[in-house]
Amino acid sequence: MRQGDKKSGDSTIMPNSKNTVTQQSRDKTTGFEPKIVAFCCNWCSYPAADGAGVARLQYPTNIKIVRVMCGGRVTPSFVLKAFELGADGVLVATCHFEDCHYMFGARKAADVHKITERLTAMLGIEKERLKLDWISSAEASKFARVAKEFTETIRKLGPSAIKKSPYATDEIIENE
Amino acid sequence: MNSKIAKAIRDSKAYLCMECGKCTGTCPVSRYNHGYSPRILVNKAIRSGNHDLLKDKNIWACLTCKLCDERCPAAIEYIDLTLTTRLEAKKIGEGALCSHGGAAQSLMRIMTTPELEQKRLDWIDNDLKTTQQGDVLYFVGCMPYFDILFSDIKVNTLQAARASVKILNKLGITPVVLPQERCCGHDLLWSGDMENFEKLARHNIEEITKSGAKRIVFSCPEGYRTFKIDYPRYFGTHFRVEHITETIARAISNGELKMKNLEKVVTFQDPCRLGRHLRIYDEPRKAITSVPGLQLNEMARSRQRAICCGVSAWMSCSTYSKSIQRARLTEAKETGADLFVLSCPKCEIHFQCAMSDEKAGNDTRIETIQLVTLIADALEDG
Ligand code: SF4
Ligand code: SF4
Ligand code: SF4
Repeated sequence: MRQGDKKSGDSTIMPNSKNTVTQQSRDKTTGFEPKIVAFCCNWCSYPAADGAGVARLQYPTNIKIVRVMCGGRVTPSFVLKAFELGADGVLVATCHFEDCHYMFGARKAADVHKITERLTAMLGIEKERLKLDWISSAEASKFARVAKEFTETIRKLGPSAIKKSPYATDEIIENE
Repeated sequence: MNSKIAKAIRDSKAYLCMECGKCTGTCPVSRYNHGYSPRILVNKAIRSGNHDLLKDKNIWACLTCKLCDERCPAAIEYIDLTLTTRLEAKKIGEGALCSHGGAAQSLMRIMTTPELEQKRLDWIDNDLKTTQQGDVLYFVGCMPYFDILFSDIKVNTLQAARASVKILNKLGITPVVLPQERCCGHDLLWSGDMENFEKLARHNIEEITKSGAKRIVFSCPEGYRTFKIDYPRYFGTHFRVEHITETIARAISNGELKMKNLEKVVTFQDPCRLGRHLRIYDEPRKAITSVPGLQLNEMARSRQRAICCGVSAWMSCSTYSKSIQRARLTEAKETGADLFVLSCPKCEIHFQCAMSDEKAGNDTRIETIQLVTLIADALEDG
């Protein structure tokens, strides 16, 4: 998909649009830059993101990382707050089960994630907007790949329907 | 002085306070949290204007359970003063500490988005009859969300929703259940967030009006209070509203519900919203005592004197809340009841939470059931 490229995002130049539905969703996403919050654990996913930077692996600037000590700390409130404040997608990235720094943290994250998924599904938030992945500190390239793929998924989905509520006083995550 | 607070002082008659301290003496929060005193807050309001008051963290500790209003010899409406104080405090950026990281508040604020397409009707089993257009509407509230959020402490508040629809069906009513119903906004209002409360309210009012419903039945006392007192006073609504226990009590008087025998000893928790806020004490008792074999043992503090479940609007939950809950559970247990009958989803969640504590002793563990579920289970088949 070429829409990833901001400058060529004009849907009229897409040659193969077969039906109006795709056409509309493209129109909707024209010029749309997804805002994505990634909760990354201190011991695996965050160093992976760091490693991606050090190795100069490109990943989209749409991803705004929030470092947490452990993926198991990410409760439904974290994810819901991100959506409430206008995030278009939320990524929770933890260690693999086998090498979780706190042994059970990644498992806990996976359990809690199931609850969060059920809540967001009930709210009518598309399930593609929420993603859990396991990225070890040695997997910088995986981090870059996941970040890219997730950003593209969200770009295709278009902006989240949720309007930022006036009492969400915290700074909203903005792309320039 | 802030003019809204000045008006609230006049309306609530806070200026009549004689500093007797009965409110603090009776307050369940003050009993454990010695830094909290409604008397001091009333006096802060009437003496020092609002600045001190609005920044005082204690204004968020009140359960708005209305127990102090019941006792106040000057008949001051303390909770109304508290509500205004919170609305004003929110404007200057103050706020409560929210339980569960604010997950419940986020759910509610997300629901203010009009375009949201919720999928919230999965609980409606095949044997229940509901519709989208009709005279009577059953307002579900946030129970579908609560049951997911609190799945780890095994709450099942939706049983009450199923039981309510079952009873309405039994009475020949097929209630409207709205697929895009929103939270009533009760918790946001009581935590001072008027703007989002209004958005939720306006959405609900529009959806209900479209459904053609004239009468709204609630099993959640908070939703009931909000529709009965707050929607009319802020948005001028005229819906006919009733709590399911009123529906049940009336049906029993008319001989429309036949119950089978249930040999059990029970005790009943008056929810603060249903009891002191709306003065519904007799209907739940009538429902319980009409089940043959069921024996109701009242707790030492019941009806007007009932102690609330320890948390309100998902704020300020603390060890004090736990102490309140443990004391109440012990009181329930001391009646010798096998079943603790509740009629509010929040009571169920907060009490269940206290009981799920590994360190909770057996003297605080008692099986709970929602009143509607009890009645639905006792209904004669056919
Ligand atoms: S409303 Fe309840 S919690 Fe609040 S001050 Fe009065 S008795 Fe205490
Ligand atoms: S009970 Fe009433 S009169 Fe007495 S201190 Fe409290 S608010 Fe004042
Ligand atoms: S009592 Fe338990 S369920 Fe209720 S607010 Fe406190 S922690 Fe949450």
